[in-house]
Order: sequence, then C-alpha cells, then structure tokens
Amino acid sequence: MIQKIIPSVTEAVRGIANGSTILVSGFGGAGLPIYLLDALAEQGAKDLTIISNNAGNSGIGISKLIGLGQVKKMVCSFPRQPESGAFDDLYRDGKIELELVPQGTLAERIRAGGAGIGGFYTPTGFGTELAQGKDTRVIDGVNYIFETAIKADYALIKADKGDRWGNLTYHRTGRNFGPIMATAARCTIAQVNQLVDLGDLDPETVVTPGIFVKRVVLLGGKS
Amino acid sequence: MIDLSKVQKRSTADIAKRIVQDIPDGAHVNLGIGQPMTISNYLPSDREIILHSENGILGMGPLATGDQIDEELVNAGKQPVTMLPGASLCHHADSFVMIRGGHIDICVLGAFQVSVKGDIANWRTGDPKAIPAVGGAMDLALGAKKLFVMMEHLTKSGESKLVKECTYPLTALTAVDYIYTDLATIAVTPEGLVAVDWIDGLSFEELQELSGVPMKRAIQ
Repeated sequence: MIQKIIPSVTEAVRGIANGSTILVSGFGGAGLPIYLLDALAEQGAKDLTIISNNAGNSGIGISKLIGLGQVKKMVCSFPRQPESGAFDDLYRDGKIELELVPQGTLAERIRAGGAGIGGFYTPTGFGTELAQGKDTRVIDGVNYIFETAIKADYALIKADKGDRWGNLTYHRTGRNFGPIMATAARCTIAQVNQLVDLGDLDPETVVTPGIFVKRVVLLGGKS
Repeated sequence: MIDLSKVQKRSTADIAKRIVQDIPDGAHVNLGIGQPMTISNYLPSDREIILHSENGILGMGPLATGDQIDEELVNAGKQPVTMLPGASLCHHADSFVMIRGGHIDICVLGAFQVSVKGDIANWRTGDPKAIPAVGGAMDLALGAKKLFVMMEHLTKSGESKLVKECTYPLTALTAVDYIYTDLATIAVTPEGLVAVDWIDGLSFEELQELSGVPMKRAIQ
C-alpha cells in the first residue's frame, strides 16, 4: 500500500541534511509552504541552497531561515521585497551568495531539471550582465545563451488538496512554481490545505500527478 | 534650454490612455509592475483585451476589494486581484511559455533608458548598495511580440532617457517597439527613432533637442 501522508510537519521535513539544495514554491506569500519552512527552521539544517522566486520578507518563511543563518545561497529572480531585511543585510555584508536568474529562465531551468534535460538555449538575458560566462549560439539569426537545468534534493511546495498517492491540486495563483518544482527534486514534500480520499480528486483536475510527490502533510499537521 | 513649464505634460493617466489607443481588440497583454499596471484602469469596454499576469493568470480582472480578496490570487506586484469570466490559471513554466514563446501580443514595461536601437535598461541602476532583482523583465522584454515602454521623457535632473547607448545595465537588446512618454510617442524603427506624436506647445525641433538623440518625424 502507498501511504505518502505524513502525520506531522516535523516528520515531513525529517532527513533534510546540512548542505541540501531545496526548491521552495511561492510568489511572494501566494503558494509559500509556510508550515514546512517553519518546521525546517526548527529542524535546523544549515548551509542550505534555497531556490525560490523571492528571498522572503518580514522575518517569516525563507526570511526566517536566512535570519537564523541556515541559508548559504539563494537562487532567485527577485530577492528585493518589502521588508526583505534578513537577506538584504547579509547580502550587503557578503555573507550570503546570490545567483540572480530571470524569472522565466528560473522556471524553465526547473522544468528542464524535472524533465531530464541538461540545459537549453534561450534569448532571455543575451547581451546583459546575467549572460556573463555563459555559452552563446546563433540559431536562425537569433542570439541565444545556454542555461543549465536545476535539480534539487528537496522541493517544499504548497498545494490545496492532496491524497495518499501524492496527487495534488492547487488554489489560484498559489500554483505558481509548485507543479514544476515537484518534478525537479529527489524528494518533494507538499503542505496541503485538505487531505482527500483516493478517488475523490477528479483525474481531469489533478495538476501534479502523485509520481512527483513523496510526502504530503496537512497544514501544520492538524487534521 | 527649453522651458517646459509653459507646456502641459502628459500625466501618467494621459500616457496610459495614449497607450490604450494602440492596444487592439483581442490582444493578450502583460502590464509590468509600477506605472504600466495603471493602464488596466483605462481599458475600453468595447474591446476585449486579455491581461496576462506572469505568475499564472490569463484573463486577470481588476484589483480585489473586500470579500473578493484571496491572498493566493495575486498579480505580479503581489496585490490581490480578481479574474474575469473566461480566465485560466497555469503554473510558472507555462506562464513563461506564453511570454517567451511569443504568444503575448504586447508587453508594457517601465524603463530607466531606451537606446536609439531599442535596447532597454530597466532593472537596476548599478548602485552597488541596491539589491539586484530582475524578475520577469528580461523574459518579457524579448518574448512579447511588441514591447511598449512607458516612462518619463527626462530624468529628474533633466537628462533624456532616450540615449545613443544605455549606460545602465541592459535588460535586453533591440527589444523596444514604441516609447510613450509625458512628452511624446516615439516608434523605434530600423531607421532609428520616429516621433509619432508629441504634446501641444512643443515643436518637433524642441522635442528633438530635449531628447538629445537623432529622431525623424512620422509622415502625417
């Protein structure tokens, strides 16, 4: 029997080791797996590389992990946020690495990672400082730069409904990076708003098929 | 020096309304964060214009108020929004397929500088203390079929934002199609900048002088 539902957030983040690379869904607060991030803060893994669109704000979520000194490197498109203080201070002091990636390139690198593709050529960023050191190529008269795929040890994502096979649906723009991040990690952990019985999700509406998900946990482990 | 105090510049709303004139019925449009987002306030009811939000909405509606607010339904600026009948949601890779795959008809972005070749600089000034953040700007600048820039014509200190070569870090090369400012509407063509229209009280020669770059006037 397949049982991916984990009874508590503490158990859901078990095993995340120091030095792990972690994909974190969310666009601002929408789709941010806040309970999983809180559990990771408590669990205490360090030297983490976090890949997420933003670098957190207001001392919660990713910002909390950064403030606690757990994050070695951020890979993101838009670290600057209202009250993104934790990141800003460490960055100015040279105490946290930043790999800045155009948002579409970030999404596509993650998608490629999940699809077994090593990299791809894109025109985005050509001729800019974000193209420095990258291979270039002209295809049909258009300038492209080469971007490598992103794969991670873990993906922490927020979904709406989940079942014990790991099938997931999302809520509104909370979907954002969740479906692609789920495909690109060795272990995807989903925080869901609601657990449902197998068969309750209409197969037509499943957004992330369970094969991409290892662990499902209800909110803060409440049921 | 040309005295601009004697002329009525276009307000942000005026620029937005001018841009709306160039958005056809049925267009799929992405409005950048900041001033471009205000264009959504002036979309005409007799044209169906579908707004795309980079975080996965096609068919975005006005900002949400009161009971409509859902913290998980936000625009690119992370403000709560609504969806129109016919809207769809997608994940980030598909949303950027729409952008990078050339499916979005028009994108409107703000800019610090635009060059005579249509290069755009809009994501950082190079201030070493500033936290760099690029978001979707580089994808949008190149991916949309047409790129409109909405900006003030001059900096606060009176320098033209139209330049021979961008001195700020580039967002994209040869990407801009039209520039809409508080003084004029300017097309970027293979032959250089072409002034399409400009505000009353300002001559073409004065516009050229203020702009500080070679410019032709459109054949009226």
